[in-house]
Amino acid sequence: MTEIFGVPTQALFGQLLIGLINGSFYALLSLGLAVIFGLLNIINFTHGAQYMMGAFVAYLLLNRFGVGYWWALLVAPIVVGATGALIERTMLARLYKLDHLYGLLLTFGLALMIQGLFRHEYGSAGLPYQIPAQLQGGQNLGFMFLPNYRAWVIIASLAVCLGTWFVIERTKLGAYLRAATENPALVQAFGINVPRMITLTYGFGVSLAALAGVMAAPIYQVSPQMGADLIIVVFAVVVIGGMGSIMGAIVTGFGLGVIEGLTKVFYPEASNTVIFIIMAIVLMIRPAGLFGAAK
Amino acid sequence: MNRTIIAAAVAALAGTAQAQISDGVIKIGVMNDMSGLYADLTGPGSVVAARLAVEDFGAAKKGMKVEIVSADHQNKPDVGSTIARTWYDTDKVDVIVDVPTSSVALAVNQITREKGKAFLVSGAATSDLTGKACSPNTIHWTYDTWMLANGTGSAIVKTGGDTWFFLTADYAFGHALERDTEAVVLKSGGKVLGKVRHPFPGSDFSSFLLQAQSSKAKIIGLANAGGDTINSIKQASEFGIVKGGQNLAGLLVFLTDVKALGLQTAQGLIFTETFYWDQNDATRAFAKRFSAQAPRNNYPTMIHAGVYSAVLHYLKAIEAAKTDDGTKVIAQMKAMPTDDPLFGKGSVRADGRKLHAALLVEVKKPSESTGPWDLYKIRATIPADQAFRPLADGGCPLVK
Repeated sequence: MTEIFGVPTQALFGQLLIGLINGSFYALLSLGLAVIFGLLNIINFTHGAQYMMGAFVAYLLLNRFGVGYWWALLVAPIVVGATGALIERTMLARLYKLDHLYGLLLTFGLALMIQGLFRHEYGSAGLPYQIPAQLQGGQNLGFMFLPNYRAWVIIASLAVCLGTWFVIERTKLGAYLRAATENPALVQAFGINVPRMITLTYGFGVSLAALAGVMAAPIYQVSPQMGADLIIVVFAVVVIGGMGSIMGAIVTGFGLGVIEGLTKVFYPEASNTVIFIIMAIVLMIRPAGLFGAAK
Repeated sequence: MNRTIIAAAVAALAGTAQAQISDGVIKIGVMNDMSGLYADLTGPGSVVAARLAVEDFGAAKKGMKVEIVSADHQNKPDVGSTIARTWYDTDKVDVIVDVPTSSVALAVNQITREKGKAFLVSGAATSDLTGKACSPNTIHWTYDTWMLANGTGSAIVKTGGDTWFFLTADYAFGHALERDTEAVVLKSGGKVLGKVRHPFPGSDFSSFLLQAQSSKAKIIGLANAGGDTINSIKQASEFGIVKGGQNLAGLLVFLTDVKALGLQTAQGLIFTETFYWDQNDATRAFAKRFSAQAPRNNYPTMIHAGVYSAVLHYLKAIEAAKTDDGTKVIAQMKAMPTDDPLFGKGSVRADGRKLHAALLVEVKKPSESTGPWDLYKIRATIPADQAFRPLADGGCPLVK
């Protein structure tokens, strides 16, 4: 069998694929962050908590109302997105004129409070959520056993990411959005309700996090700190990709998932630091990030 | 006349006893993970267990004033050290109890020794606490990595699981558990085909599981705990590892972990514990009382039971020694036999190891379970004299 640095190539394919799967979550989450930052200039530290809320809504839908995974994919993002819109209307909207730091502190505080509430109510060991019946089992690809559910995660996440990119960069609605962030007064003058559009955008970014949460529920335990563990990595992904760049968030999300996956093979001890090392290097060479435009 | 003399004598005695308790209050500090991945198996439940022990000891009736404080060390040795120093130096805490996360426990172990206080470990696992890091101020109460390795490891090798691959949490606890289990596997004639160390805490284990899968080892030993073990088991089932003929050995699994996984995923898992709530009437009664006060009415894990048992024995030792001086109380605790409703009769060895029986348990099938906490079958009981590492093998400087 051929080997690369002592690792059989077959095993390496498996690891690359797993990297892509983890990258799907990074991409979905960093996409939401990038949308919110790019269009609202808010550094949304509540994102991890909103991802966790998505998973919990899926859990509660199943266990309280008997509503399964597929409906949860639709309902949870709407419910969590609505709470996001509420947060934007009642709190964030007051901060737009201030420094970024205020939005960051507010959302960070909210994240801690939300996590604390869920921990108080549900404990830290987490709750089980089964893989939907249609996606149980898996395929033997020869070099690895690929669970059907993981394959679904890659496909769904790619579709959502590209769809979002298309809407924002290539449609009229996206053009309004981008224009509204450049010059809200002018866009308002054309008869477009800018505050409502901004609220909906924040709600949409949040619902992307919730969607990732629903997709993560069958893989990880549904637990209050599931988002806190992930959010720091996702922020690093956004910084590497370039704050606010939609395509940057998607490409670096998948790319860093793969790099992290490879680190787990060659030097597992470094697998949770490698992304930050890359972040430091990228910031030194291209302070605006790989895809970001220097302002 | 006689009566007044006796009364005076009693008062005088009580007076001296009182005088030996520093500032008149015995202050117990419960330090553990209150908010992270170990919060359900230690956390606020340990505070409840300590409170029940103080109640059952009858401190109030005996005129002893006992106070319980608690803190969250966030599984970080630096945070734990700061709390321990503040507690000992300014808050007049006499004893620190619980402290899961071996790296934190080793730090608190050192500080307690410097300050001449007392440390009762229930949550942490590393067998180094009674080995090279043993201290005259520390008792390791509930379980340790050697005991887990010995109980689970040898049982599995005996039933044919003779090739192993370790999935190890990359810190003091994981290393100790891997080392102790590897020794047992090799001694029983098994082989270790490989190991991988994952960051702590982790969330995605699929990459490591894939490495374990390609090693073709019969047994994948999970040298991790809490949320890490839960996610490893869950993802192993997703990747068809057990269906593919490999088996998982959860080296440290707690009641709350099994509850979180659900019997569907956890059934058939074999591991070692030192306490199960459904052993006898006394343990069932305790579980009921505990559950009434615990967050979300959880049932007690072995760590909670250990906190109860340790605090109870600590208070008895203070009563007997008439002092709360850390070094003296620990010496008294070692001198007295232990006896409580949860672990029965036992003893504390010179190296600080508390001895009691261990239980080899198997997780029930969903069809066998009759209630939400009816989770284990007890497969075997390992007697106290075989459950823990022999005194001579630990390398504790205190027993040389």
